[in-house]
Amino acid sequence: MGGTRTSRTLRGRVAVVGIGETEYYRHGASPDPEFKLALKAILSACQDAGLDPREIDGFASYSDDRSEASRLAAALGTHRLRAATMQWGGGGGGCCAAVANAAASIVAGLADCVVVFRSLNQGQYGRFGQTTGIDTISGEKAYLMPYGVLAPPQRFAMRVRRFMHEHGVRQEAMRAIALASYHHAQVNPRAVMYGKPLDAAKYDASRWIAEPFHLYDCCMENDGAAALVLVSEERAKEFRQKPVYVLGAAFGSGYRTGAIPHNSPLYGSASFDTVAPDLYRMAGLGPSDVGVVQCYENFTGGVVMALAEHGFFKPEEANDFLTLENLLAPSGRLPLNTSGGNLAECYMHGFELVLEAVRQVRGTSTNQAPRNDVALVIGGPMVTPVSNLLLGSDATL
Amino acid sequence: MSNTTNPSYFPLGLPIPVAEPDGLSAPYWTGLRHNRLLVQRCNHCQTWQFGPEWLCHRCHAFDPKWTEVEPRGRIFSWERVWHPSHTSLRNHGPYIAVLVELPHADGVRMVGNLLGDPMQAVVIGTEVEGVFEHHRDSDPPYSLLQWRMPLKTAHFERSVT
Repeated sequence: MGGTRTSRTLRGRVAVVGIGETEYYRHGASPDPEFKLALKAILSACQDAGLDPREIDGFASYSDDRSEASRLAAALGTHRLRAATMQWGGGGGGCCAAVANAAASIVAGLADCVVVFRSLNQGQYGRFGQTTGIDTISGEKAYLMPYGVLAPPQRFAMRVRRFMHEHGVRQEAMRAIALASYHHAQVNPRAVMYGKPLDAAKYDASRWIAEPFHLYDCCMENDGAAALVLVSEERAKEFRQKPVYVLGAAFGSGYRTGAIPHNSPLYGSASFDTVAPDLYRMAGLGPSDVGVVQCYENFTGGVVMALAEHGFFKPEEANDFLTLENLLAPSGRLPLNTSGGNLAECYMHGFELVLEAVRQVRGTSTNQAPRNDVALVIGGPMVTPVSNLLLGSDATL
Repeated sequence: MSNTTNPSYFPLGLPIPVAEPDGLSAPYWTGLRHNRLLVQRCNHCQTWQFGPEWLCHRCHAFDPKWTEVEPRGRIFSWERVWHPSHTSLRNHGPYIAVLVELPHADGVRMVGNLLGDPMQAVVIGTEVEGVFEHHRDSDPPYSLLQWRMPLKTAHFERSVT
C-alpha cells in the first residue's frame, strides 16, 4: 500500500454489520451502572449481527469513555484483543472518528472485528451541565469559568452569536432544527422525548439558557449506551443484516482551531472547514449525493454552521433552507436527525446518530428517508477535533 | 490605571483561576494583580499570541515575551446567560459575557463580563475598556479583567468604590 494520502482510502473497505443500544434514560435514571450499560449495548449489537461476542477483537470509543477496552475484553471473554483506540477530545467530536479509527484498524490488518461504542451514566459520574465543586482552575477554563462561562451552553453561545452576526442568520433557523428533531422523535419509541411534542410557540416561550440558545436549542443529558460492530468488506455478507459500508470518514480541524481561549482564527465556525472537504474527497461524493443527514446537536446553532460547512447551503442562505418542512422525513429536501438525535431521542454523545444513519441505509428507520443510499453523520460541531462519516449501501460501491 | 478595588461582578464561589503547575500562564495572572494586561509577543517575529504557549506559532521561537498592552478593545461576540451552571449563581439573574478583540495586539481575544445593566443591548463592534477586578482577600488571591463601555458613552454605570 502506498501513494498519496488521497489515494489511500477507507471507501468500501469495512461495513457495519450490527447495531445495538440500551434503553435510553433521563440523566440519573439508569438502573444500571455505566459499564453494565456498555456491555448490554455491545451484546445487543452482536445479537443484531448474529455474531458471537467472543469474536470481537477490538474496541474503539471517544471522549474518554470510562468503559475501558481490556475490561470489556475480559468481561466478554473475547478470545483476544487486537485494537483499543481512544479518540482524543471531548464532547461528541469523536463519535464518527471512533468509527474511522476502528475502520483503519481493520483495513491496516490490526484487527478483524471491532466494536465502536459510547456509554454514559451521568447519575453515576456527574453531569456535563453543572460545574459546582471546583475550587481552583487552570488552563483554558481559567480564562472562562471565573466569568461565568462554565458549561457547554455558555462556551458555545458566543460562537453561534458571531456566526449569526456575520451571516444574518435568524433564530427561526435554529428553531427549525429543534422542531425537526422533536417531530421525528414522536414516532420513535426509543426516544426519551417520545410522546412529548414541541411546536414553535412552545419553543418561543421556553426559557433562555444562554442567548441565543433557548432551552430547546440545547441537547438533553442522558444515560445509556450504544454500539456497532464493524468488519472487513470481505466478511460483510456473512452476517444477518444488510451490510452498511463506510464510504468515507474524516476528523480533525483547520488552522489553529485549538487556540484557546476563544482565539481560533475562524471563530464563527463548526470546525469543519477542512474536515468536510476531506470527507467528500475520500468518498468521491458531494453534498448533492447525500439523501439524509444526522448532525450532532450539542446546540442547534452548531448544526446550522456544520450543515453550511458541508455544502448544503451557503451561510447567507441558512434562513431560507432551514425550514421545518425542508428537514422532515420523508418529504423534506434534506431529512435531518430522523431519530430525534441529541435533542429528543437520546444524548448518547452522538453515537445514537451513527446508529440512525445505519438504520437509514438499511431502510429500517422510524422516519425513513426516500433517498437512503448515502447517509451523512456529522459529529460534535464547534469542538476540536470534530469528525464526520459517510455510510452507504452495496449499490454505492 | 487606578488601584481601586472594584466590586465583584459575581457572588463569591466561582472557580479561582490559577496558573498551571508548569507556570505557562503565571505572568498573565500576576500581571492582572498589578493592573497590567500582559500578552505574549514573539521577540523574533513580533507575532502576538494569546492564550499563551511555550513557542511562537508562527516562527517557532521559544518563550514569546510577555508584553503589556492597553486594556481596550471591541466586542467580537457576546452572550446573555440565564441558566445557572453553578450553585453560586442560583437566583443571581442574567449576566453578560463578552468576547473582546484587541485590534492593537493583532486581534487577540479575551473573555470577560460586560459591566453594567445585564439587560443592556449589546452590539458587536462596540468599543470597550478594561477594568481590573481584584479579589485580594480570596485564598489564593487573584484578579480578573472585566469590560465596560467607555465612561463618556455609558448609559449604565456600576458603582465603583
